[in-house]
Amino acid sequence: MYGYAGRVLHVDLTTGRTWTEPLKEDLARKYIGGIGLGIRLLLEHCPSDVDPFSPENPLILTTGPLSGTIAPTGGNGHAFVAKSPETLGVGESKAHGFFGTELKRAGYDAVIFKGRAEKPVYLWIDDESVQLMDAKHLWGKSPLEAEETIKKELGDQYIRVADIGPAGERLVRVASIMNDRHRCAGRTGMGAVMGSKKLKAIAVRGTKDVNVANVDGLREFTKFLHERMKGPATRKYRTLGTPENVLVHNTIFCMPSYNYNRASFDKAEKVSGELLNERFVSRIIGCGSCAMRCEHVCVVPEGPYKGTVTRLEYEPLWAMGPYCGVDRLDAVIKGMDLCNYYAIDPIGSGVIVAFAMDCYENGILTKEDLGIEARFGNHEALLELLHKIGKREGIGDILAEGVRIAGQKIGRGAEKLAQHIKGLEVTGYDLRTLKTAALGYAVSFRGADHNRHGAYALDIAGKVDRYKYERGRAKLVKEMEDMYNIIDSLIICKFSRGVYYKGFEDMVTLYNYVTGLGLTHKELELAGERIQNAARLFNIREGFTRKDDHLPWKVMNVPVPDEGPAKGQYIRQEELDLMLDDYYEVRGWTKDGIPTIEKLKELGLEELLYIVEPKIKM
Amino acid sequence: MAAIHARRFVSADPRKCVGCAICEYICSLEKEKTFNPLKSRIRIVRLHPLINLSVTCRLCEDPMCVASCPRDALTQSKETGIILIDEDKCNGCGWCIEACEYGAVVLHPEKKVVTICDTCDGDPECVKWCPEEALDFVTSDVLAQKARIDSVKRLFIEAMKAVPAPL
Repeated sequence: MYGYAGRVLHVDLTTGRTWTEPLKEDLARKYIGGIGLGIRLLLEHCPSDVDPFSPENPLILTTGPLSGTIAPTGGNGHAFVAKSPETLGVGESKAHGFFGTELKRAGYDAVIFKGRAEKPVYLWIDDESVQLMDAKHLWGKSPLEAEETIKKELGDQYIRVADIGPAGERLVRVASIMNDRHRCAGRTGMGAVMGSKKLKAIAVRGTKDVNVANVDGLREFTKFLHERMKGPATRKYRTLGTPENVLVHNTIFCMPSYNYNRASFDKAEKVSGELLNERFVSRIIGCGSCAMRCEHVCVVPEGPYKGTVTRLEYEPLWAMGPYCGVDRLDAVIKGMDLCNYYAIDPIGSGVIVAFAMDCYENGILTKEDLGIEARFGNHEALLELLHKIGKREGIGDILAEGVRIAGQKIGRGAEKLAQHIKGLEVTGYDLRTLKTAALGYAVSFRGADHNRHGAYALDIAGKVDRYKYERGRAKLVKEMEDMYNIIDSLIICKFSRGVYYKGFEDMVTLYNYVTGLGLTHKELELAGERIQNAARLFNIREGFTRKDDHLPWKVMNVPVPDEGPAKGQYIRQEELDLMLDDYYEVRGWTKDGIPTIEKLKELGLEELLYIVEPKIKM
Repeated sequence: MAAIHARRFVSADPRKCVGCAICEYICSLEKEKTFNPLKSRIRIVRLHPLINLSVTCRLCEDPMCVASCPRDALTQSKETGIILIDEDKCNGCGWCIEACEYGAVVLHPEKKVVTICDTCDGDPECVKWCPEEALDFVTSDVLAQKARIDSVKRLFIEAMKAVPAPL
């Protein structure tokens, strides 16, 4: 096979045994790689109803078919897939940088970790040689410290490392897996699953060639995509970066602030992308194989957080800034740095802090409970609570469970202040004023997320009436979901999605140049749909129903209070029902959101019929 | 015979290079028809997100790599200044690798002989592909010119600040 390494590595952490098996071409064609392949392997390797922290929950690491090649942005990604400790459904998260490339060059399309080590270990993959190494001395270290220690002790600076921090070790449910210093597979708690296995790090050195089917074709097409990448399709990412969203979202009332108490932030000017770039961005760098530059590296030049260096994107900025009412960029950058240190999802963590602040403002949690006056806007409280979450210290032990469980544990109305979908914390788009996005969020298989569909783009660009859901939008959402599944399975970067002017057609060209498998663009599109259905089937198998396609409490119950055109907007149950009916119909699912037998046969998912058969007969 | 200052080599501008590794990919593709940075004649170094630079052969005068080879496998082209490798003589001992202060000599992982940038016969692919235009195919003289111009510009930016604003 070209592009693919053609091998899956199995690691049983309980016994220490490792072995490989060939990657079946059929699986590659049907699930592409990345999250698609990961979800398919999850269905096969994760038994029903297991606790996400049990040794039986597999942690699956995948690369994409393009990893290791010059395919723009595709050369560098990797994905983690497991049953999520936050949602108890499909968990998946991707990261870019240089780690995925190295794993491909070592000769693996996927690594499946099962079991649990008796004591902390790390995996050292040196091409064919795969060893479990003692990680006692790394336990408790930050990802960066562990990465540097590993490189030093193995004596090779070109080793790439993906690892967890103190939070993953302590099973903080929003724990992430870091690589290349500050790249992060952040969402759905993959770091906690890794921690539950006592697996501190995965270190890789790959020295093999990555060969492609059509060198000249790929070369020419890459050059062509590079030119597009230098043009308008990626302007935002190369200039102000995603923090540009702050003022854009704020102006049109789609940036939730103060834990969804408002739809805009009164101090947005103080945390704008413009200000960030002017005062803090020191350089804009790039990942391997990418002709775009998006990674805005911030340096705090003065004040209490002087010398802090980290990348910062809109979502973390939003979560720890406007969503917590914090108007200091230096504190937000420090917050991002703490998230990197403990290895926690900066989005989820920011939302948890805002939840705690809302509890404090409402008298549900006190200064004694929190150890600090956690008023909205108190940047010291933000940082203090991030420390507590990372260490599971004091109230942090409850907050580390994520907003859903924390809300239930705290009670007394705290459940209503916990803004999540399926247990995953919300992201920086106010769904009350973006009703196409709201559908995408409600049905997203990994919970509240903008990155499973990107449907906000339709609302924000004004292509639809964003205040009113109308039948027919589900078709648009479905198309975007299928596309995003392919993006995450090829593992190309979403920031580059604009350069694929012809969508699936351009993507399949790239895929075929690399793999030589000769897929049609219809087949690739169908693979996107297949992946969506496979993820849905996993969730159904774990007991998810139509009721789980819900929206955060405030989206359904607190009308937008901000003066202006968005005032009074929220989403009623009837409106959500209309969205879901429309969506299930377009997907070919039943009224209860279960894929029909016909649909699964159409998608070649016969082997998974066992999941739906008893439910449909009922 | 070209004068020493006419020798052109690939140089990366530290202010522009972002460490994207496209030069590695394209070098490996051009020279070896595969993707593998170990087969690239130019290598990126990322010490920190803020510290990135691609490094390759600088066509030194009296190059240490040539001097250190006990088997006379390396010679310098009088015409272009590139290091020529006699693959039959090279036994991969690595003395030239140790001798090169820039890490520009690499051992081919399969052939076990060394490889060094040959500037693609005076038309380097990496320079053409660098999206940041951080790579240049230049002479030392042009590099010196650039540095001089930059320093004068910086000097005058400072100087202009001291000049009182016009009324």
